[in-house]
Amino acid sequence: MSMNLAEALSSITTKATASDWRAAIRLAGDGLVAGGATTDAYTDEMLAAVDKHGPYIVIAPGIALAHSRPSPAVLHGGLSWVSLASPVEFGHSSNDPVNLVIGLAAIDHDSHIQVMGALAGVLSDSAAMTRLLAADSADEVRAELTAIAAAA
Amino acid sequence: MKIVAVCGMGIGTSVLLKMNAEKVLAKLGVDADVEAADMGVARGAAQTAEIVLTSEELAEEIGDVPANVIIINNFFDLEEITEKLTAAVQ
Repeated sequence: MSMNLAEALSSITTKATASDWRAAIRLAGDGLVAGGATTDAYTDEMLAAVDKHGPYIVIAPGIALAHSRPSPAVLHGGLSWVSLASPVEFGHSSNDPVNLVIGLAAIDHDSHIQVMGALAGVLSDSAAMTRLLAADSADEVRAELTAIAAAA
Repeated sequence: MKIVAVCGMGIGTSVLLKMNAEKVLAKLGVDADVEAADMGVARGAAQTAEIVLTSEELAEEIGDVPANVIIINNFFDLEEITEKLTAAVQ
């Protein structure tokens, strides 16, 4: 059994409404704050990262990994999950529109490697992703992630 | 062989890309050292690397480096990574 991503997620929101990519990233940031991982300043940092570098955070079709550097705004490592009711354009040349925003906060460059491994495993499983994006509640997402970890 | 996986911040996307690149390299039987780096460190690291893996938005930011800059669109698509790395190491 591999690491259960449900345990690393401090917050899960499903079928959320976001009018644009900034609102979508804010939701992921709010999730990190709610889980105690970051302060609101980190959400601004995540937005600034996209303003500076472009939508490079949309790393696969439909999936955005919002994050910024380790900074004083990060209290401890955390992960938030926000699935969107309607897809949102981030301006990426090949991976738009986005259905899922994952918020990631880390205190340094290596302590969250295991979580990243579990995240990579889940996000690259397209059958699992279809089920996860269809989930209507946080409980459903948790149950699905737990099942995935048990089967791995 | 030295490979640098680059993202803007050094904690997220470069780590994912490094993990998947390592999986692909192992399968191809290629001996390479993959380093995850953020933009600040990347330009320096890219001076001594053979290959730089990154996304389209960041490839421009890296600018002129002696390394072969490969753009990966889908960080989870092992086929895309395999195809591009295979072409690069030939």
